[in-house]
Amino acid sequence: MYEFNYHRPESLEAAAALIENGDDPKIVAGGMTLLPTMKQRLAAPSDLIDLAGVGGLGGVSVDAQSVTIGAMVRHVEVERSAEIRAAIPALSELAGLIGDPQVRNRGTMGGSVVNADPAADYPAAVLALKGTVVTPTREIAADAFFVELFETALEENELLTAVRFARPQYAAYMKFPNPASRYAVVGVMVAQFDDGVRVAVTGAGPCAFRVPAMEVALDKDFDASAIEGISVDDDNLNADIHASAEYRAHLVGVMARRAVTAAKGR
Amino acid sequence: MTITVSMSVNGKQVAADVEPRTLLVQYLRENLRLTGTHVGCDTSQCGACVVHVNGESLKSCTLLAVQAQGADVTTVEGLANGDELHPMQEAFRQNHGLQCGFCTPGMLMSALDLVKNNPDPSDREVREWLEGNLCRCTGYQNIVKSIIAGAASMRGEHV
Repeated sequence: MYEFNYHRPESLEAAAALIENGDDPKIVAGGMTLLPTMKQRLAAPSDLIDLAGVGGLGGVSVDAQSVTIGAMVRHVEVERSAEIRAAIPALSELAGLIGDPQVRNRGTMGGSVVNADPAADYPAAVLALKGTVVTPTREIAADAFFVELFETALEENELLTAVRFARPQYAAYMKFPNPASRYAVVGVMVAQFDDGVRVAVTGAGPCAFRVPAMEVALDKDFDASAIEGISVDDDNLNADIHASAEYRAHLVGVMARRAVTAAKGR
Repeated sequence: MTITVSMSVNGKQVAADVEPRTLLVQYLRENLRLTGTHVGCDTSQCGACVVHVNGESLKSCTLLAVQAQGADVTTVEGLANGDELHPMQEAFRQNHGLQCGFCTPGMLMSALDLVKNNPDPSDREVREWLEGNLCRCTGYQNIVKSIIAGAASMRGEHV
């Protein structure tokens, strides 16, 4: 790991000032992706700005319409929160499938969403659950948030403070994990709302995406059989040693049908 | 840049000036000479470096020492009471839960975090919990057996 300066500000304002004045600053939340990246010297920030001391980023609030999760809330907290599990069980289940227990003890919701790893789990939830990304100055709708591989609508070093997830009637997340890393080879969250069904896919493409054809079919008939014949185009899907694009396209269908069945069973 | 970092390790208050890039595991092994915590993969996969920070298991190869500022850290050296092994350590000994022993410190620390929240885990729960701990000798069978026996012993059951 290259040398860097370490800062632990105690307010969002102080963090913003450090970002402003840093040569090549980088924000760290749990560090579960950033630290390994720095160890591989793929990232070499001049200044590391740790959000651990900033207050107000670790809260969870639940109301009749939504669940709001602060940026620094760790995966283990989402997994174990009785409040979140009662409101959106699929979200707690998704958090419990991330990495391993030690990673979940440290990794944060905000860090995962901001990083926008193509194989991360949270992006599927942000898209399927009509997520709203909250920053100190604006709110960004999920559909405008994930742009490309590791790229979101946030500006460089713009801080995410929370994500607001809408409460569906039923939802479920199914993933085909890489057996070694537990990242999603393909993960699909299906969520049924009063005004329609949302199907969001992670792991398969450069960033998370929705499958409108499946959503339309499930609007008419919320049953796995309704999407039996619907496939996604493998042209722009990821291909690596773990799975070809064609195989990922196939898995999208399988995981989506399993998610529908699981959501119906609630 | 160096930063003075202070924390409690196995109940003892320690402090040192470290570079921000010093990993917690480096600090434990190289500064404090607590070499029970191992570095296996150095990529947060294998779990040989698992320690407790404020009562929760973490991979100390993926945490900076400065991020543990003020924390309460427990390593495998902090488990035994003098010559008396911790019940979980004793269970690993009794059940042949190790062969080469390289993964064992991490297995113990991980197991104790499980048992803290789930005092009577099933075989399946133990296996799922060990997702982040790799063993290349045992095939896990006796590790799972050890953890179940250790948990029973910690509940005060005679096994």
